[in-house]
Amino acid sequence: MIKLGVPSKGRLMEKTFEWFAEHGIVLSRTGSDREYAGAVDGIEGVSLVLLSAGEIPRELAAGRIHFGVTGTDLVQEKLSLWEQQVAPIREMGFGHADLIIAVPQCWSDVDTLDDLDAAAAAFRRVHGMRLRIATKYHRLVREFLRGVGVADYALVDSQGATEGTVANEAAEAIADITSSGETLRANHLKILSDGLVLASQATLWKSRVADLESGDQAILQTFLERVER
Amino acid sequence: MSDVKRRAYEVRAQFEAAGAIVVEPPILQPAETLLDLYGEDIRASAYITSDALRGEQMLRPDFTVPVVQMHMAVGAEPARYTYAGEVFRRQENDADRASEFLQVGYEVFDRADPAAADAEVMALIVQAVAHLPTYVATGDIGILMAAVRGLRTTTARKEALMRHIWRPRRFRALLDRFSGRTPVPDSRIAVLAGQAVETAPFIGKRTASEIDVRIAALHADAKAEPISQTEVDCIDVLLKVRETVPYALEQLRDIAVDLPVISKAVEGLDARAQAMSARGVDVDALPFEASFGRTSMEYYDGFVFGIYAQGHPDLPALASGGRYDALTRHLGQGAEIPAVGAVLRPGVMVDLEGAL
Repeated sequence: MIKLGVPSKGRLMEKTFEWFAEHGIVLSRTGSDREYAGAVDGIEGVSLVLLSAGEIPRELAAGRIHFGVTGTDLVQEKLSLWEQQVAPIREMGFGHADLIIAVPQCWSDVDTLDDLDAAAAAFRRVHGMRLRIATKYHRLVREFLRGVGVADYALVDSQGATEGTVANEAAEAIADITSSGETLRANHLKILSDGLVLASQATLWKSRVADLESGDQAILQTFLERVER
Repeated sequence: MSDVKRRAYEVRAQFEAAGAIVVEPPILQPAETLLDLYGEDIRASAYITSDALRGEQMLRPDFTVPVVQMHMAVGAEPARYTYAGEVFRRQENDADRASEFLQVGYEVFDRADPAAADAEVMALIVQAVAHLPTYVATGDIGILMAAVRGLRTTTARKEALMRHIWRPRRFRALLDRFSGRTPVPDSRIAVLAGQAVETAPFIGKRTASEIDVRIAALHADAKAEPISQTEVDCIDVLLKVRETVPYALEQLRDIAVDLPVISKAVEGLDARAQAMSARGVDVDALPFEASFGRTSMEYYDGFVFGIYAQGHPDLPALASGGRYDALTRHLGQGAEIPAVGAVLRPGVMVDLEGAL
């Protein structure tokens, strides 16, 4: 049996179901709305596992599911050496989200990472602390800022309502996923012109480590042929 | 006792015999000092834990910082210290690298003769691994720093370059901009023309006056003459010097004709070479690389060196070290003392000895 992990609720689940239906694989939830059980029609030997999108990278890396649908951002944040554990099969064309760095709109002197770095140096001198960037994507943001050579900042953890951290003086800037930018504007923040850390979208991933039982290889081939059409 | 631990104590005993006092800093270190020193990058490479009483604590990622703190607090001068113990490094990108390993170190705090102290540290380490097939790399961050300090440009630009000495990519971007090699971004032009007026409300801790100060600094920078092509070329040539010590000295002296501000640092290299020679190091065959140690050794600000296993590119450095005068200034709360030190990995020594 080949296991396919899919986000368990909301628009991401609906879009995923639609995408698979277009490829002749009909996914559905069974039982009550609260029960995370599902059925697969149109292909033999594949079972559906409904999971939170955030858990799918870990399940793929552990080999407990063979395929999974989740964002590039979550895979790269949660898995180190992700290329060795999972392989991208198809970008699915929805769930677009950019991980960006944003600063207060009132910072008229700051538009680029170069400006942010200079502002961080001055901020540290004036306030005796590093310029704080609120995020839940610690690894991605840290690696990005190291790569471009921004210094004198500190990441502070924010698991939700990140756009509000600046007004609350819990951070001076943020790094977060934005799909429209409206929430940023409403919170008086602007995106740095070169502050795109990662462009993410819903992607179908294959686990490189999940075990195959006898007969699974044929099912896996059929599945791949369907989704790659 | 394991082979590696036995080896660690043997090496520490050699360092003790050379005049060092044995010290044993605690494994748990207050995270604040290290975070303040290294910034966010240390979070990626150190294990951080916490309790309600002492707050964030770090599993010792190296010995240098606690040894410097201890010396600055209670040490007599001059002083030599040695230690052997585990250090802990988080590994996010390479499963083959150890996250816990033994280090043996030797640190010298001595004002009298920096060249002699540099030579003493390297000679001791070289001696400890003399029975193994190794090669040595050396450099001197102080020469690049002297070149930057001596640029004919504004203090603000020199400070910006000095701040990024250890980040070659940002250093290069800044140098290109200060010398007019890259165009001024449109958004910067708008700010300078007074067109970047914001109507958004002020939020956050960074105040309107801080923004005004930065804009004034941008105006001052726009008025300053670009750094001359000659000076930029000198830095480019300087960074490319990669020779044995005698030839490197020759090249650096040539560069110093156009860039006399580096002369003192270059003569420091010569003095060090002589001190090494006196301690039996074959200086004529010793490699020197002006950009060595720029990416991985943030607190070193003078002499730097690394020793690697020949024919084992998979193994980490057998030993590494250098001069860190600025670190003592940073941790010394007003006090400072010239300092140089090095660490050796007995685990790698034992691996290599097994392969002999």
